[in-house]
Amino acid sequence: MKIIVCVKQVPDTSGKVAVNPDGTLNRASMATITNPDDLNAVEAALTLKEQTGAEVIVVSMGPPPAEGMLRELLARGCDRAVLVSGREFGGSDTYATSQILAAAINQIGVEKEDVVFCGRQAIDGDTAQVGPQIAEKLGLPQVSYAAEIVKDGDTLTIKRMLEDGYMTIKVKTPCLITCIKELNTPRYMSVGGVFEAYSKPYTVLDYNALKDDPLIDKTTIGLSGSPTNILTSFTPPLKGAGMMLEGADRATCEKLAGIMAAKHMI
Amino acid sequence: MSNYDSSAIQEFKGGVWVFCEQRQGVMMSTSYELISEGRRLANELGTKLYGLLLGSNIEGIAKDLGGYGADGVYVCDHPLLETYTTDGYTKVICDVIRTYKPEVMLIGATNIGRDLGPRCAARLHTGLCADCTHLDIDMGIYKDFLHTASTLPDARIEATDHAMVMGEKHDVSRDLKMTRPAFGGHLMASIICPRFRPAMATVRPGVMKKAPFDQAKADACEIIKPEFSLTADDMQTEVVEVVKAAKKLVDLIGADVVVSVGRGISKDVEGGIKLAEELAEVLGGVVGGSRATIDAGWLSADHQVGQTGKTVHPKIYVALGISGAIQHKAGMQDSECIIAVNKNDTAPIFEIADYGICGDLFKVTPLLIEAIKAAKAAK
Repeated sequence: MKIIVCVKQVPDTSGKVAVNPDGTLNRASMATITNPDDLNAVEAALTLKEQTGAEVIVVSMGPPPAEGMLRELLARGCDRAVLVSGREFGGSDTYATSQILAAAINQIGVEKEDVVFCGRQAIDGDTAQVGPQIAEKLGLPQVSYAAEIVKDGDTLTIKRMLEDGYMTIKVKTPCLITCIKELNTPRYMSVGGVFEAYSKPYTVLDYNALKDDPLIDKTTIGLSGSPTNILTSFTPPLKGAGMMLEGADRATCEKLAGIMAAKHMI
Repeated sequence: MSNYDSSAIQEFKGGVWVFCEQRQGVMMSTSYELISEGRRLANELGTKLYGLLLGSNIEGIAKDLGGYGADGVYVCDHPLLETYTTDGYTKVICDVIRTYKPEVMLIGATNIGRDLGPRCAARLHTGLCADCTHLDIDMGIYKDFLHTASTLPDARIEATDHAMVMGEKHDVSRDLKMTRPAFGGHLMASIICPRFRPAMATVRPGVMKKAPFDQAKADACEIIKPEFSLTADDMQTEVVEVVKAAKKLVDLIGADVVVSVGRGISKDVEGGIKLAEELAEVLGGVVGGSRATIDAGWLSADHQVGQTGKTVHPKIYVALGISGAIQHKAGMQDSECIIAVNKNDTAPIFEIADYGICGDLFKVTPLLIEAIKAAKAAK
C-alpha cells in the first residue's frame, strides 16, 4: 500500500508581507513554510502508515529550493519525496497544476489499496481547487474537508465537515482525501528522522520525465495551458484611520456611547 | 491529445447560470445572493439568468428563485440527488452544461460548492476562480470599482480593457472579471477565463447583496426539466449520515452588529467572551472571533471572522483585543462602523477603526456596556 501526499511550499502570509510597487508580492523578502493544511495531510498519512505499514511518498510541484521542505517532511517520517519541477510548468493555474501533479502521481502509480492526501487549501492562493481537480484527472473519488478518517480494509469512513454540521462518508480505495486542521496535530521531526532525511530516496521529475503522460502537452500545462489569466492585481487602499478617543475611562466610554446615539447606531 | 478550439466559446449562448444549493430541501441563502448578483451580470451581457437546482422533490422551492431575478430554473430531480455527492452532482451538472452551454456559472463558495466547482471545471476543461468577492462584466462599472477598491494609478486601470492572452491582445469586455483576495488578503486579483466557457466562479457567501423578493417575478419564473442520466453505478462514495450541529450556529453573516474577541482575552478567556456577549446583547448583535480564538479552541469555528472564516459587513463591528492582522481585516474591513479596543496603540486594527480606545478590554468593555445602556435609556 502507498500513501501519496501532495504538499506545497508557500510564503508565510501570517508574518509581514511585502508588496512590490507594481502590485505583485515580493516573495524574495518572505520566509517560506510548508502549507499548514498540507502538514495535516502528512500527519494523516503518517498515522495511516503506523496502522498499515504503508509507504508514504510526498510530492510537491515547485522550484528546486522546495527540496528543503521535502527533506524536512522526510525527517518527519515520510519514506520518499518527489519534486515536480520545470520551467515548462511555470505560470500554471489550478487546472494546469492539477494536470501536472496528476501525471506525476500516475508515474508513481496509484494501485487498488492506495490513498492520495492533500491539504484543503494553500494559504497563498486559498483556492482549495487543486485537490479535487487532481482527483478528477486521476478518475478517483474525492472526499474534501476531512476531520476524521477511519480505515477498515479497503473502506475509509470519513467525517466531512459542513458549515452547519458534518456528513459521514464511506469511500473505497483508491481515493483522494483533502484534510483540514481539525483532523490532527502534526508531529515534529525526530532526531533520528533528521539524521535519515538525506539518505531517503529523493527524485526530481521534470517536463521530459512527464511528457509521455497523456495528461501532459503544451495545451494543458504552464501559462498557455491555464484556462484562467490574471487581468490585474492590486492592493486594497487602507481605510482612512478614524478617531482615537482620548483615555480609556468612564468619560471615554460615555463619549463613544454619545457618538453612537447621535449617529443612531444605538 | 485534444486540441482545444477557443472559437467554440461562441457557442455558449445559454445565459448566466447559478448553482442553487439546497440542504435537506431548504435553499441556502447564498443561492438568493448569487441569483441577485447574476441578474446584474446577465443584464450587462444582454442574456438570461437561470438557476440550476439539484435534489429530490425540490421543485417546490424553485420558483422563489425567480423572485430574486432568475428568468428560469433548471430543475434536476432524482432520488440519488437528495443529498450532495461529488460524483452525482458533478455528472448531472456537467451533462446539462454540455447540453445548454451557459456562458457564466456561479457557485456559492460553501464547503459543498468548493468541492463541486473544481471537479466540474476540471471535467469541462474550463477556468474556475475560487471564493470571489466581486464580479463584473461591464468595463465602466469594473473600472469604477478599481478606482475605489484599489490603489492602482488611472493609467493602469484604463489598461484593463485588454489582457495578453496566448501572446495576443485580448479584449476583455465580454469576459467575466472575477476579483478575489489572495495571499491572506494582502493582494487582490482580477481573474478572467478568456478562452473557455462557461467562465466559472465560486463566490464567497455573505458578500453579494440579496435583492428584494418580487412575488410576481417568482410566479412568472419558468421551470425547465432537462434530461440527464444518473444511476447508482455513477456514485463512488456513500453518504452514511448527515448531521446538523446540535448547537445553534452563530449567524455572523446576517448580523447587524458583531462583537469580536481576539488574543487579548487570553488572561481570562471565559470572562472576555462573557463581556463580548453582554456588549453584543446590548447592541443587538452576535459574538465573533479572530482566527487565534478559534485555533485556541476558545470559540467554535462558526464564530471565525476573516480570510479563512466569514466575511461580514455589519453596521457596527466591535473588535475587542484584536490586533488586526490582515487575515482578520479581510473579513471585516467593509463594516460600516468599526470600534476597536486594544491595549497596544500601534495595533493595526486602529488603522481601519472609526473609533479607537487604547486600553484594557477588561476595564473598558464593562464601562462601555454601562454607557451604552445609559445612552439608550436617555433616548
